[in-house]
Amino acid sequence: MSNLDMTPGQRHTVMGNQAICRGALEAGVRVVAGYPGTPSSEIIENLARAADEYGLYVEWSVNEKVSLEVAAAGSLAGMRSLCAMKQNGVNVASDFLLHLAGSGVRAGMVLVHCDDPGALSSVNEGESRHFARMLELPQLEPGDFQEAKDMTKWAFELSEELGQVVMLRSVTRLSHASGGVVAGPLPQGEAKARFEHHGTLLDTNRGPVSSAPVSVKHARQQEKLARAVELFEQSPFNTYQGPEEPELLVITSSICQLYVKEALAMLDAAGRVGVLKLGTTWPLPPKLIQKNLQRCGRIMVVEEVIPFLEENLKILAAEMAAEVGPKEFLAKREGYIPSTGELNPDLVAEALARALDIQYQPRPAEYAALAQAAAPSTDSPRELAFCPGCPHRASFWSLKNALALDGRDGFICGDIGCYAMGARPSNYGILKTLHAMGSGTGLASGFGQLGRFGMDQPVMAVSGDSTFYHAVIPALINAVHQRSPMSLVVLDNSGTAMTGFQPHPGTQNNAMGQPVPPVDLEAVCRTLGAEVTVCDPFDLEATREAALKMLADQSKAKVLILRQLCALSPERKGKKLYDVQVDPDKCLGGQCGCNRFCTRAFGCPGLTWERETGRASIDEVICAGCGVCASVCPAGAITKTERG
Amino acid sequence: MAVELKHDPYNLIITGVGGQGNVLASRMLGSVLTSQGLWVTIGETFGASQRGGSVMSHLRLSQQGSWSPQIPSGQAHMVLALEPLEALRVLLKYGNPGSQAIVNDRPVLPYAAITGKAPYPDTGEMREQLAKLTARAWTIPATKTALELGAPIYANIIMLGALASLGELPMNRDDFERELTRSLGPAKVPRNLEAFDLGASMVAA
Ligand code: SF4
Ligand code: SF4
Repeated sequence: MSNLDMTPGQRHTVMGNQAICRGALEAGVRVVAGYPGTPSSEIIENLARAADEYGLYVEWSVNEKVSLEVAAAGSLAGMRSLCAMKQNGVNVASDFLLHLAGSGVRAGMVLVHCDDPGALSSVNEGESRHFARMLELPQLEPGDFQEAKDMTKWAFELSEELGQVVMLRSVTRLSHASGGVVAGPLPQGEAKARFEHHGTLLDTNRGPVSSAPVSVKHARQQEKLARAVELFEQSPFNTYQGPEEPELLVITSSICQLYVKEALAMLDAAGRVGVLKLGTTWPLPPKLIQKNLQRCGRIMVVEEVIPFLEENLKILAAEMAAEVGPKEFLAKREGYIPSTGELNPDLVAEALARALDIQYQPRPAEYAALAQAAAPSTDSPRELAFCPGCPHRASFWSLKNALALDGRDGFICGDIGCYAMGARPSNYGILKTLHAMGSGTGLASGFGQLGRFGMDQPVMAVSGDSTFYHAVIPALINAVHQRSPMSLVVLDNSGTAMTGFQPHPGTQNNAMGQPVPPVDLEAVCRTLGAEVTVCDPFDLEATREAALKMLADQSKAKVLILRQLCALSPERKGKKLYDVQVDPDKCLGGQCGCNRFCTRAFGCPGLTWERETGRASIDEVICAGCGVCASVCPAGAITKTERG
Repeated sequence: MAVELKHDPYNLIITGVGGQGNVLASRMLGSVLTSQGLWVTIGETFGASQRGGSVMSHLRLSQQGSWSPQIPSGQAHMVLALEPLEALRVLLKYGNPGSQAIVNDRPVLPYAAITGKAPYPDTGEMREQLAKLTARAWTIPATKTALELGAPIYANIIMLGALASLGELPMNRDDFERELTRSLGPAKVPRNLEAFDLGASMVAA
């Protein structure tokens, strides 16, 4: 049973991502593809689990551009299709997306893109709604859990009606939050795929598919947008609530509408403020906007990060000035709503309180003072650190030591994945650059060429196994072909660990759990012409020596594969390889020259420092039993015994 | 449908450290309360959550509909904390004079404490502050008891047992038994119910 099985007519509490999946099932989706990325991953995961039961094809593609191409093929062959990715993915997919927007689609096709305001699990807070405007595609934004389901279903119908891919945007606080959803019925019936391609180039339903001839197709694309506007004018997903003539009109979309509702309740101001909640945010329906702008002269726009709605509304307000009169906007550009980070009910309440001149105190001043007084004892922050038993800690430990021994101030270019945490001080601060997937290798390939300008620092790049297939391969080809003296270290932990172990081209099973031929990472690197060494990162000495050797060779691009299962992988989780102990007679702790080397320098959370005894000890509950710390202690005080 | 809530929405925060399984606890609780006819909204922080950071789940329980998945500051009615420092952290932001808390007494040292850069606060002092910042607070040995039962993860169920026995929310042992059977399968029910009962006995007035 998949967790998308819901009883129609009954309310279930589900994650936003599950609600989106259920909406897709209710729409009869057949082809699903995506690339993992928080907060979008559960969409493909849930549908993959439901694939058998509901007759779907689901895949984790090698990257987002390819996933969009796979989903588009489904649509062109008459199958409703869905593609899911996080905000960064839209950048990757945008090259193809621009063309798809021009060519149009056949069966309903929905691109679900999940933004991460506040960068809760990203290294940026990119705003992917702009792609809708830039690429001239319709954009929907569900405002709660029920809408996440209902709008997804509608998005397929809309896409089919327009012959255009529809973008549906979620955010972390919707995708990863859970709430009440009343399920609808599922469609019945078989589907048969067939790609019709014998018509003329201009025959949308039977011809070959391309964005050319551009003059015709681009004009058609804009007609589709105009039709979308007509439909959006009537959409039940755009709602107004509040007095007919409010003191202030709030215009909002997405999960922000719940923050507005909450803030109005906190301030007890619902009687003074009107709320226009928009579900269709590009293109904006002008008649609806005009009617609502007429309600009052002060407009507050509540949205996260970039002023997308705000700017588009201001354009409309300027165009309609004659009909709606002058407007005072209270939004990001006016300093009412922050321009970075995610919103929450408190921030919205603050903005509203300022606009309405209300004094708001969430709790008595006395209590606030008590909390203030207690604050210093919570100063110790929880830095993110690699998991106990994580192979990356061991890998970075050895790389750090190799770079130090090499002595030429070498550095590592990082990439996106768990190992990006290597940029933090809590994980040796070892990564010196950090950008998009594959960029570490591309940058290292460039740095490697700078020896001719006197740069004498050796450079390494790290990448995970999933990232390797996603975007590192072209960069490695570049490095090999241009003979850049860099070293790529592939931290191969056999899964897309950061987002929850989705399969990738190097794994033995696909999204639906069927066996597939793994693409051999090592063989790919060799075929590309790189010299390859493979090592177990838990063997600290061998890893350090291999890294040192690579650093010394300045003649070409090389690859070091450090292979060891992720500590949280299903095969490893909860299974200790070793029982690890600290010998209290040998551990000299603060007394010896090491100055608490194991905890201070190596820093596995499974090791703790006991103030009372002045010695290190192993925390049974946390230690994963990898045994690595045994080779770190200079006094040999940490011992490991293999488990049966 | 006459379930009485003391506040609407009733705001409950489950807090802990990545890896302690509080997401599981909030899901189970959410599921039990949904079956009572309540609207349940749960906000969680994911992603880096497995890797030693603070993790919080916000539960909003209501007769009316979905609320924001983020609780406004100063509005927590109940705090369920799997780690004492996290209990304090949550109360500083979300507590008010009426807040109640159930706190697992076992510390998980932050990285800065492990590496010796910052001390972990004194447990006695934390207890005092906890008492000042709540109307009622219970500190219970959940992890210790869970280890005796065989695995640290039972601490979650012990905490839920404690919560259920307070009678603050419409849920009882039978509801939990049903949820345990549904989500974990019948084989795991007896041990988990034992954990649940132990938790209940720890806050008995
Ligand atoms: S999830 Fe796996 S790869 Fe990521 S930090 Fe933990 S052990 Fe390391
Ligand atoms: S064996 Fe040592 S390094 Fe490995 S998880 Fe346990 S404490 Fe950490």
